[in-house]
Amino acid sequence: MTSPAKPAPLTAPRIRTPALDPLLTLGVVAFIAALVRAAFFTPPDAAQGMAQKILYIHAPSAFTALYLACGLVFICSGLWLWLKDERLDRMADASAEVGLAFMTVVLITGPLWGRPIWGAFWTWDAKLTSSLFLWFVLLGYQILRGAVEEPQARARFSAVLGILAGCLVPFIHLSVYLFRTLHPMPVVLKPSAPSMPNEMLVSFVFSMSAITLLFAGLLRARYRLATDRAELEHLEARR
Amino acid sequence: MPPDLLSAALIIARKDLAIEFRTRSAFFSVVVFSLLAIAIFYFAFDPTAVSSADLAPGVLWVTFAFGGLLGLHRSFGVEQAEGAMDALLSSPIPRESIFLGKAAANLVFVLAVQAIAIPGVVLFYNVGGGMVWLTIAGVTILAAIGMVAVGTLFSSVVVNTRLAELLLPLLALPFFVPIVTSAAQATLQLLSGHGATPAANWLKLLAAYDLVFVAACTWIYPHSLDA
Amino acid sequence: MTGNVALAPPKSRVGPAAVEARGLVVRYGRRAALDDVDLSLAAGECVALFGPNGAGKTTLLRVLAGLRCASAGSVEIAGRPVAATATRAMTGLISHQVMLYPALTARENVAFSARLHGVSAPERAALAALERLGVADRADTAVRALSRGLMQRVAIARAIVHEPKLLLADEPYTGLDAAGAAALTATLEGLVAAGTALVLVTHQVSEGLALADVAMVLQGGRVVRRDHAAGLEPAQYAAQYRELVGAT
Repeated sequence: MTSPAKPAPLTAPRIRTPALDPLLTLGVVAFIAALVRAAFFTPPDAAQGMAQKILYIHAPSAFTALYLACGLVFICSGLWLWLKDERLDRMADASAEVGLAFMTVVLITGPLWGRPIWGAFWTWDAKLTSSLFLWFVLLGYQILRGAVEEPQARARFSAVLGILAGCLVPFIHLSVYLFRTLHPMPVVLKPSAPSMPNEMLVSFVFSMSAITLLFAGLLRARYRLATDRAELEHLEARR
Repeated sequence: MPPDLLSAALIIARKDLAIEFRTRSAFFSVVVFSLLAIAIFYFAFDPTAVSSADLAPGVLWVTFAFGGLLGLHRSFGVEQAEGAMDALLSSPIPRESIFLGKAAANLVFVLAVQAIAIPGVVLFYNVGGGMVWLTIAGVTILAAIGMVAVGTLFSSVVVNTRLAELLLPLLALPFFVPIVTSAAQATLQLLSGHGATPAANWLKLLAAYDLVFVAACTWIYPHSLDA
Repeated sequence: MTGNVALAPPKSRVGPAAVEARGLVVRYGRRAALDDVDLSLAAGECVALFGPNGAGKTTLLRVLAGLRCASAGSVEIAGRPVAATATRAMTGLISHQVMLYPALTARENVAFSARLHGVSAPERAALAALERLGVADRADTAVRALSRGLMQRVAIARAIVHEPKLLLADEPYTGLDAAGAAALTATLEGLVAAGTALVLVTHQVSEGLALADVAMVLQGGRVVRRDHAAGLEPAQYAAQYRELVGAT
């Protein structure tokens, strides 16, 4: 009878001490710089006054959450069904969570701007409404992931939700749009977008890039966290 | 010869309806829930501010969404209880037929509930009757197809999670937004006598929703299963 | 004695083996529930599968039933890939759950399974299967009103109603009284004699050995012992099994 093979030693802890995650640091610094530039070095809007400055955060966040984050969730979910690679699942997980954070920023800054401009914190504006429901979907995605123990099943279910959510977005847009055309809202001050003065445009492009960079930094950090969690689960299972 | 897609779906739907008919528990609780909700909504609004005819469509379709959720979560529960899901999965039928069969049984269930809830709304809210209800029956069928497709799929997912039925409303309700909006608006247009034209856009939206989600859910259901 | 010992096939074979599994690996996450398992079974042959809880017996049955994908390795049932429709049509599964609908009658449950398997006269086949297990007199009783033992007999009737060519039985003796166990043994013997290959997972060494051609012990996802059942003395084998399972 052979003696049972000694279990392989647990992999030595890979020491990764990122004192400063360079990409994330760059993102945070750029974000702060963009805030400073928007607040102090950009002239206030003629019609909207200081309130317009919130646009420098609101619009790039909306772009990031809606197109980058949700787009990534949708694409990674679809690819996961095809390739079944756990890295795709982690990427979908990471972008959904970071997207949720940016969507929260959108939902906070939108009403803050709306109060002085529209006269109400909340209006059932088409874009705001779509953002709200998408925020609920992203929240549901997180709760679903938290409710499934087995990694394979978790990846399957969240990929299914990710793809169906992608199919849902156009329908929510359409129904909110149809709703509005049938019920014209009482006067909402809707300034037709005037061509931005040069200085404002530069600030806008700057904050757009800064927030995209911040998104990339957060996404990478969150993706690493997901990898570490999977590693930890694995080590605990072997103990 | 093992049954093909549609006959297998039919066998499963008949089995589900037989179980529902035998126990009737879900059906009666959802019907009672719907009638109660319709009655409670009436007292939640000031009848002098909003006419009950304007209120009726919203009440009808919100009740429809919540009542549907209540009925849907039991759909895959009956498979889970004694492990019967494994028997379905190991039998020689296409996986899609499990989804289609369950969805068909749920469709009958939801339409049967609506067949009682709609007269309830007519009675309690004193809204005009007549031929317009035939059109509204059509709206009901369109709305129910989309709701059942999405609801059945999510029901199959949530039975495998720790939160089970608590999770179903959370996942499914955002998907019901276009359905409830379209159905309520179409009903409102029809009831206020504007004729079919303003309602047509909403009906088109509903039909498109049904088409997309029945196809997507049927296709994706096998992917939500192990192996 | 230990390890993945290969056995010479005890019977001469015609056509493809009923089950031919090679190098099966199944991982849950990264934990291996099955680790390099081989299983070869001819028509009309029975393998008894022993092993402690968590050894991977149920996982192996689930792979053979097409309910779970193997992470590595290959499985063929009668020469066809495992999850193919034609394969599932000839496989029967008795799991540790009864897989019945409590609200429906015994006959409805069994007939439902017969329809899904495309049996031509489902009602008649259902009654015949219930007859075989000695529960035909309760055919029109709702399953929820049956005792645990009778329910188990209906569950077995459900699994064999389409006369499977491969029967996968996970602890089928659970909950059966003496009469039920005798009916089950007779049924299994009849099926094996008619050419059904049987994979029998059980804790009862003597019952397992009585039916089996090959006895296998699974532990920690690996086959740790494999014998021809013919020459084995049940009491002695049981003692060796306890020692084997307890020791490592």
